[in-house]
Amino acid sequence: MRPIDGAAVAALLALLVLIGFGARAADETPAADAKPPAVKIAIHYLTKEYEEPVPLSLVDPILKDNGLQGARLAIQDNNKSGQLLGQEYELVEDTVPADGDVAAKAKEILKDGPAIIIADLEAKDLLAVADLPEAKDSIIFNIRSGDDRLRGEDCRFNVFHIAPTWSMRADALAQYLIWKKWNKWFVLKGVAPSDQDYDAAVKRAAGRFGGKVVEEREYKFDTANPRTDSGHQQIQTQMPEVTQGAPEHDVLWVVDTVEHFGEYVPYRDYDPRPVVGTQGLIAVAWHRSYEQYAGTQMQHRFERFAKRVMTERDYSAWIAVRAVGEAVTRSGKSDVADIRAYILSDAFTVAAFKGEGLSFRSWDHQLRQPLLITGARSLVSMSPQEGFLHPKNLTDTLGYDEPETKCKFPK
Amino acid sequence: MKRPILFATAAMLALATSPALALQIYVSNEKDNTVTAIDGNTLETLKTIKTARRPRGIITSPDGKEVYVAAGDGDIIDVIDTSKLEVVRQLDSGPDPELMAVDPKGGTLYIANEDDSMATIMDTESGEVKAEVPVGVEPEGVGVSPDSKYTVVTSESTSMAHVVDNATLKLIENVLVDTRPREAKFTPDGKEVWVSSEVGGTISVIDTSNWKVKKKIGFEVAGVRPELLQPVGMEFTKDGKNLFVALGPANRVGVIDPKIYEVKDYILVGQRPWHLELSPDHSKLYVANGLTNDMTIIDVASLKAEKSVPVGRLPWGVAVVP
Repeated sequence: MRPIDGAAVAALLALLVLIGFGARAADETPAADAKPPAVKIAIHYLTKEYEEPVPLSLVDPILKDNGLQGARLAIQDNNKSGQLLGQEYELVEDTVPADGDVAAKAKEILKDGPAIIIADLEAKDLLAVADLPEAKDSIIFNIRSGDDRLRGEDCRFNVFHIAPTWSMRADALAQYLIWKKWNKWFVLKGVAPSDQDYDAAVKRAAGRFGGKVVEEREYKFDTANPRTDSGHQQIQTQMPEVTQGAPEHDVLWVVDTVEHFGEYVPYRDYDPRPVVGTQGLIAVAWHRSYEQYAGTQMQHRFERFAKRVMTERDYSAWIAVRAVGEAVTRSGKSDVADIRAYILSDAFTVAAFKGEGLSFRSWDHQLRQPLLITGARSLVSMSPQEGFLHPKNLTDTLGYDEPETKCKFPK
Repeated sequence: MKRPILFATAAMLALATSPALALQIYVSNEKDNTVTAIDGNTLETLKTIKTARRPRGIITSPDGKEVYVAAGDGDIIDVIDTSKLEVVRQLDSGPDPELMAVDPKGGTLYIANEDDSMATIMDTESGEVKAEVPVGVEPEGVGVSPDSKYTVVTSESTSMAHVVDNATLKLIENVLVDTRPREAKFTPDGKEVWVSSEVGGTISVIDTSNWKVKKKIGFEVAGVRPELLQPVGMEFTKDGKNLFVALGPANRVGVIDPKIYEVKDYILVGQRPWHLELSPDHSKLYVANGLTNDMTIIDVASLKAEKSVPVGRLPWGVAVVP
């Protein structure tokens, strides 16, 4: 029982109406029904035209706007609520060419002071932006990289990570496998650097939750262009060879983070075992098979808006924009510094169809969120699994917890 | 599968022997696309009624002759004739109807269109849409004041309670509440409207004289993780002594004393209780348990769960016909 005085909320509403934004508010034409001028909040979407791996599956579309559409929809959502609260959100889209200079673009964004930047960037570029002196007081949302180092030894105080880490994915999947009592894992991994990162997370998960990696093998072949006519004939004979002779195992855990061979493992591995990992049964923040906690409404709204299925990166970008909306609405303030302070406060949560409010871990600024355990066509489970215990927040059983973090924020 | 045949037989017998049926309970089964009609005295299933896709919100007309079922994926409201136990007509509600409320005087239905950021106001007889009022993102709950003057619509993503003046059908007030508001219920005296916030884990009590939040009520159960205490469906007893609130993943119904805004009891029910409804004399409470596919019957005087009866899959809401 904890009654809370409602006066604060009422005061906040009044305050929101009163906040102006200096000179910029003066440019606003008053709305037809004479509402007070809206507070304007700009959110930048910064990305680079990376050469992305082409999905091995012909079923998966090749996207040019992965992530961006989620941010666009969330701006629309924020503005629907904002109309009633005197807030106006604008998305500024900045795309740098493949050989372009992301830091230079970020400097342009930051020339007028701290900014809110959704970084659809790879780790190296993300750090280049975060380390700009003028970015010190900004809010940078990482919606792309799952690299655990960005939340560990390479953490930055101005970066907020929405994308799940490799360790969160491995832990989420491991908890489900342990619940299933499928605890003997045969790992088949690729040679990409991110494959090594995910592989390390799998071994860490085995140690944490009681799994056993019975063997680890590397898949070193060059698949060249996978989208070739009759390519399946070679794969049919190659995959059993690659997976032959492994010790007794419950699942084959495939580690292919770069669309190199993983899609070809299910149904073709030597032993008849389920495939989990980066393909087969996967751990993700969002998937089309998900409908729980009003997820259906999100799926429908996104599909009407973007004319395609919502991806995990779209979902992450959506959360980034909504987190800003939530912070502005609840705090009644719209300066970047105030928004950042509110996001870091205990009061902050953002709802994103997971049945619990999501918030950032204070020790590494990683968003704590349940992950979906899903097959290609239907949801199997959600992790954390009941039965795993945590003294504070069950969701913190996924990824690096406070006592084990390598992140050291300045005090 | 023997059950459907048994249901049908029971229904025929019931209809044959008593044309004016006594107390009936209707439960919407979201996953089955059906409504289970239950005899309120024997607690036997009278009939399983097929509906349009994804039935959720379910309410009784003030005269008890009809039950309205909002079928979200069917984009329609099915109207069940309670003497025939079948869907006799449909109302074109607009996309994705979720919860509804009917004017206490009858005649007007207020519908939250969850996918559409809209509340639809409709004539229950003709099905004619009187107005569509734009509200926040993901409208969910709807409540009409006892004097029929106001309707409150909640929007889950915007986290607001929107107040509609029923005379002008215009939005007159937007009240910020905690995250993901679900249901809005006026107190029997109309002086307050209570709004449950699922993810925020609170109930906001709004004063209807100035539309300001005057109180917030939270929940605590030893041994239950706080994020599982998610208030959803609410029901006041007419004596003003109890507010019952389904607490979803906490598998409990909370009982609040509305006069002092304090939780006085938690009653363990099935898994994921979602919405609930009182018997006409307010002596029993019926609770739809989403994950255990059953309905719990709670005795209001003793605040004890008495019995549970099986219904369809993913039961969502309950309506009672005197």
